[in-house]
This record gives sequence, structure tokens and C-alpha cells, in this order.
Amino acid sequence: MSLPVYASTGQRIWHYAFRVICGLIFFFLIAPIVIIIPLSFNAQDFFTFSPEMLRLDPAGYSLKHYQDFFTNPDWQLPLWNSLAIAPVATLIAVSLGTLAAIGLSQSHVPFKSAIMAILISPMIVPLIISAAGMYFFYSRVGLQGTYWGVVLAHAVLGIPFVIITVTATLVGFDRSLTRAAASLGAGPVRTFFMVQMPLIMPGVVAGALFAFITSFDEVVVVLFLGAPGDKTLPWQMFTGLREQISPTILAAATVLVAISIALLITLEVLRRRSERLRGMSPT
Amino acid sequence: MTEQTADGLMLAADGKPLKQSLNRALRRQKLRAFLLIAPLLIFVLVTFIAPIGDMLFRSVENDIVADTLPRTVAALADWSPDSGAPPGEPVYRALASDLLIAVAAKTHTQLGTRLNYEDSGFSSLLRGTGRDVDDMGEDVGKALVAVDPVWDEPVTWTNLLGDPAWISAQADWAKAGDKTPEPPFVPSAAAQKNLPLTAAAYGDFARVMQTVKEDSPTEKRPWNTVAVSLTEDLKANPSAAAAFGADWQPRLSAVVAAEQGGAIPAADFMAAFTESDKAWGTPQPWEVIKTFSPRFTSGYFLNAVDLKMTPEGIAPRSEAERVYLMLFLRTMVLSLVITGTCILLGYPVAWLLANLPARTANLLMILVLLPFWTSLLVRTSAWKVLLQQQGVINDLLVWAGLVADNNRLVLINNQTGTIIAMTHILLPFMILPLYSVMKTIPPSYLRAAKSLGATDWTAFWRVYFPQSVPGIGAGSILVFILAIGYYITPELVGGAKGVFISNRIAYHIGTSLNWGLAAALGSLLLVVVLVLYWVYDRIVGIDNVKLG
Repeated sequence: MSLPVYASTGQRIWHYAFRVICGLIFFFLIAPIVIIIPLSFNAQDFFTFSPEMLRLDPAGYSLKHYQDFFTNPDWQLPLWNSLAIAPVATLIAVSLGTLAAIGLSQSHVPFKSAIMAILISPMIVPLIISAAGMYFFYSRVGLQGTYWGVVLAHAVLGIPFVIITVTATLVGFDRSLTRAAASLGAGPVRTFFMVQMPLIMPGVVAGALFAFITSFDEVVVVLFLGAPGDKTLPWQMFTGLREQISPTILAAATVLVAISIALLITLEVLRRRSERLRGMSPT
Repeated sequence: MTEQTADGLMLAADGKPLKQSLNRALRRQKLRAFLLIAPLLIFVLVTFIAPIGDMLFRSVENDIVADTLPRTVAALADWSPDSGAPPGEPVYRALASDLLIAVAAKTHTQLGTRLNYEDSGFSSLLRGTGRDVDDMGEDVGKALVAVDPVWDEPVTWTNLLGDPAWISAQADWAKAGDKTPEPPFVPSAAAQKNLPLTAAAYGDFARVMQTVKEDSPTEKRPWNTVAVSLTEDLKANPSAAAAFGADWQPRLSAVVAAEQGGAIPAADFMAAFTESDKAWGTPQPWEVIKTFSPRFTSGYFLNAVDLKMTPEGIAPRSEAERVYLMLFLRTMVLSLVITGTCILLGYPVAWLLANLPARTANLLMILVLLPFWTSLLVRTSAWKVLLQQQGVINDLLVWAGLVADNNRLVLINNQTGTIIAMTHILLPFMILPLYSVMKTIPPSYLRAAKSLGATDWTAFWRVYFPQSVPGIGAGSILVFILAIGYYITPELVGGAKGVFISNRIAYHIGTSLNWGLAAALGSLLLVVVLVLYWVYDRIVGIDNVKLG
């Protein structure tokens, strides 16, 4: 990657131009997310930098949008609704998904590819179609507009992620370990909890994080299935953006970015731990 | 552990043939694997696959016409629109009976809404006629009362037509005066045999009164259609009176005499309908009812591709009504543009990441993964804020003097907004597969090509690029699949010109309530996605999807 000493002028120019282009693309990727963080501290109700902010005058900054976010029931209720829905949906997705991933990883599973296709399909089918189908079907069975309707829908949307991450960890799982446990007299349940579970734990937690963030960020399905009392944070942001856009939305967005960063760090830690457990050297 | 029998069969420790033992173990293993998968499989089938199936079903389901107008649909079976004339009196009579029930249950407005999708104007036609249908056949009812005022009393009818057991049960119920529902009306055997039309018409009336209106038939004068049916029954069978008790015979005979004397006019429902709305005198509304009477229809799918079903066959919709093919096309074109920009922006970044030392690459990877992990709503709000006319980007351009202050760029609520925001949102889905493919291309190939005299461009284009094509393919299909189903971002930053087919589906579910059309549009979109998914599975394999 480094420039050889014999490079011609043209090559030199291209080498640096290429880096500048890549820098601009990285800037495009990250700037919109970074820029809302200072904007959320704006003392004015504007969506752009005020002259005071540009002068780094402390008077230009304030926490009033955060205060609004953390005290206004218009934002607090959705936040708590999201926190009431996502963990339950995650729990369902992870418990059922982990069991199924273990089943799928065994040899001799009949119709394996068909089953896999069905289990992955919630990730492939566009959300609007899932939402439409669920709206029609859940209205028939009386789940539309209920808390459990939203939880079940979010659980099924998170399942493909659990299946994919847990299956990936199981690929590196040494089967002779369970046989060793069995030969030492452990039953299948004990083997699972004492041998297999700790080893595939990183995959399970990663899957759980994906399932959680899927539910926590999901807006299309909840728009159709949720009752007004079950309004979630993304839903509130969506209505806020569509109807009257209030600067509190930037504070909410910044809080969500902080959560994303926390999740990203957790995942990275888990990945390293998983590699260490499986005896691979960290890259 | 194993022994061998004389004929060479391997035996396990318990003396059974080894093959059998192994088969049994294998079966048990399969069963165990299946039991582990079963709960999730059932869960996904019930909460996800069944809803999708329901949507597919709704896109062809069309029960409402046959359920709301059963008699009309049956009566229309013999009528052909080719005759060029409206159907005969029995069809009008049937529609009057159907409409009386539908109006009481208020289902005629739903039917009007449904048929309005196929023929605009149907909704108001049914509403208008629904208001008039009560008065149709009024002259017959009045003439009957003129013959004998007893026909004006509701009990006359229940006593004439009701089963004796029901009459006494009803009397007991009325005496008890409690809140239990009235016993359902049962016609007497004599009425069903001798006055079949009357018994059927009155049965409908009593059922609607009891179930929909929660009223007693003993307290409401029946519809005029019942009086019409009575005169017709007596005309067909003047001796029917003999079947009823002594106090009924003179009353019924008086009606027969009045009919023969011309004191009771013949009912003319055709005239009544035509008076209510001239359209009923033409074959046109009947054609619509007949065309959409089957329980399954391709009407919604035809509508979804800007066609419509007419009695003559399938015909294109009028210019003004054609929107869906254009929307599908726009969805495809914009998705392709977004995929294209993702390749353009993703390829250099993926190349850089794949060729930098691991430590630097991991650090830069965070810049790709952070947007990937950030909430979709956060990224969309960021773009909404940045792209506004008073937003940061326009401010910056004005400050730099590139754009005049009174001539700020319109970057949002149009296709530009959709393309910019969606490219940003989907770019990580292009970079990650490209990166994982480029990681596997040895850099020595490029050096080898150069050492053999290739220029930088030739080495890249002839050696490196072909090896990265699988990554482009995987990323493109992924981005394209995600893009054509997007709803939130186009809705928020797309304005009127930048919306996708998904937005139209949401509109039909939430606002216009044309669920059948929403289901048909969704089914078409689903087919496109599944075909692409199948291609993706062929090229990449769904098991190889990597996250983060």
C-alpha cells in the first residue's frame, strides 16, 4: 500500500488523490451522524449552527433539548415503551433462535435448506410487506393494536440475526467436547449449560444485541401494529419528522447514537473474546 | 466391541446387527435435531409466514359481492351483458331484497367502496339507492292495507307466518321481560309450503330485526318486499288460504279477490330502481356486479399493473388512473441508481480497507460500522436536518459563495433527497461484502501483473477487478433488495416525486383502506424480492451472510 520509491509523478498524484477521495467518502459516511451531536446542544430552536456556536461562545450552547427529551412525556413515554418491547422480543428471539441454531448445526437435519430459508425470510422480505401481512393477519386474530402483537412481530424480525450469529459460532464448535462431557457422565442438559453454552455465548450475545437493536430501531411494523399507547421512540421520531420537526429530535438522535456506540464496543469485545476462546489469535 | 456372525453380519455389543443400531441412532439424532428446531419453526410459521400467506390470499379474495348480494348474484347468473339490455324484473327484486338487508346491516357502503375501485361512481349509486330502497313496492303495501287495515299491524305477520311453538315461546319471552335475547323467528311449516316467497322474505326481515336492529319483529311493520311476496304467492296459488286457520281464510281470500279485481297493482322494482338512479336502467352497473361476483378475482392484480377487468376482457386504465407501473419503474430506476452510487463510493473504500495494515483498517472500519449500527431514524433525521434549505449544507454553500442566498438548492423532498439519504444508509451493506471478497485477493497478483509489464490501469482492470466481481454482485443484490422495499426514508425525504411503491402500499393500508390493492402491490414486490433473493442465494449462499 505504501508508495514505492520509484513511483512516477503520475502515480504519486493518483496515490494521494485516491486517499483524498476515500477520505471524502469516509467523511460522507460519518459526518451526518457526527454533525447532529453539536447541533443537539444548540441554544436556539434552529437546525443549523448559530453564529454564537461558531464562535464557540458558551451562550450558544445549552442542554435544553436534552431537558425536554428527559422530562417531556411526549418523549419519555415512547422511550419506556421501546424499553418495554425490545427486551421481551429479544428474549423470545434468542431463546427460540439459539435452540434452533443448535438443531440446525447437527448433521442429518432433514429439509435443512428449506427450514433455513423460512427462518431467514423475515430478514429478506421488505419490512413494508411484513408489516402489511402482519396487519391483515393480526387484525383477524385480535393481536393488532396490542403490546403482544408488536412484541411477537419484533421477535420474529430479530430471529434471522440470532440464527446467523449463533450458527456462525457453532461452525467453530468442537463436537468432541460434548462427547467428552457425555463420556464423563453429564446428561444432555448439563452438557448444554456447562460445556456448549459458555462456548457459544459470544454468538448468542451478539445475536441478542442484533435482535435488540432490530426491535429498538424498528418503525414500519410498529406503525401498523401498535396502538397509540404503544408508541415507540422511532415512531415518535418518525411522526416528529413528518409533521412538526422539533429540535428535541436531535437530542433523541444523539442518545441513540450513544447507544449504538456502546453496542458496537460490546460486539467488538465479544468478537475478540470468541476468537480467544476458540484458540485463534486476535487479528 | 463388535462381533461377526457366520454370514458376515456385524453385531453391536447388545447382539443386534450393527447396521440396525446405527440406523436407530441416526433416527434418534434426526428427531432430536428436529425437536430443537420445531418451536422456532412453528413460531416463524405462525407469526410471519401465515401473515404473508394472508396477504397473498387477500390480493385475490373477493367475498364481499357474493356475501352482500347473494340473491342478486344468483339471479344475474342467467343474464349476459352481451344482450345490451338491463336484466329482467327478478334481478331488480333480488337486489331490493339484498339491499334491504345490507342497508340494515350498513354493509352496502362497504360494498360501494369495494366496487368504487372498479367503477368510480358506484359508491354514491349504492348510497343513493340504499336510501330509496325502503320505499320500493310501497304501492303494493298500501294497497294491501287498503284491503284490510290488519295488514298494517306487525303481529298479523308473525301470527300468520310464525311457527306456533315460536309464537308461544315469543309470548313467554315478552311476558318475562328479561334481558335475554328474543327467541329467533321460526316460520311455520304451512307458511313455508303454501306461501314460500312470503315465508322466505319475512324470515330475512325477522332475522335482520332480531340480530342487527335488536328489535322484535312483533313490533315492526315488515318491508314492502314481504307484502309484494304475499300478493305474488297468492296469485300463484289462490287456494293457499285453505291451509291456514278459519280466522285467516277470509283475510287471505279478500287479498286474492282484490288482486283479481285489480285493486292491488303489480310490483315494478325495475321502475323503482330506475327512478332512484337512471344508471340502474342501463346494463352498466349490472355488468360491474356480475364481473366482480366471483369469490376470487384478479381485479386487484390487474389494478396493480394499471389494467382493469371489463366484461369484454382486460383493458388498460384511463391515462389519469395509471400510476402503479410508473411507480414500479421509478422504484426500480431509483434503486438501480442507489446501487450504482453505492458501488462507486463503496469500491474505493473497500479497496483501501482491504489493503491497509490490519490495525489502521480496523480503526477505519469503525467509520463504516458506526453508521451501520446507528438507528435508521437517526440517519434519516440527520439528512432531513442537513439537506433543508435553511440547513447546514445550504448554509455552507452560501458561505462559500457557491450558491446565492436567495437561490438555495432544493435538496430534499425530491428524488435527490431520496438518493443521497438512501445511498448513505445502504453504503455499509455494499462495503462489507466487497471488503470480505477483496480481503481474499492476494496483492501479489497485482505485483505479478505489473512485473510482466502491465500498466497500473491494465493490472487493475484485467487482474484485480475480475476477482472482485463476486463482491460487487453480492453487495449490489443486497443493496438493491433493501432499496426496493424501503419505506421510511423515501416517505420522509422523498416528497411527492421521490416515493417508492412501498409508500403507495402503506397509503392503501392506512389511508385509502383498499387492502386488496395493497396486498396485490405487496405480492408483486415480494415476487421481485424473492427472485433476487434466489439469485443471491445462488451466488453468495445465504449461510455466508456476515454481520458486522
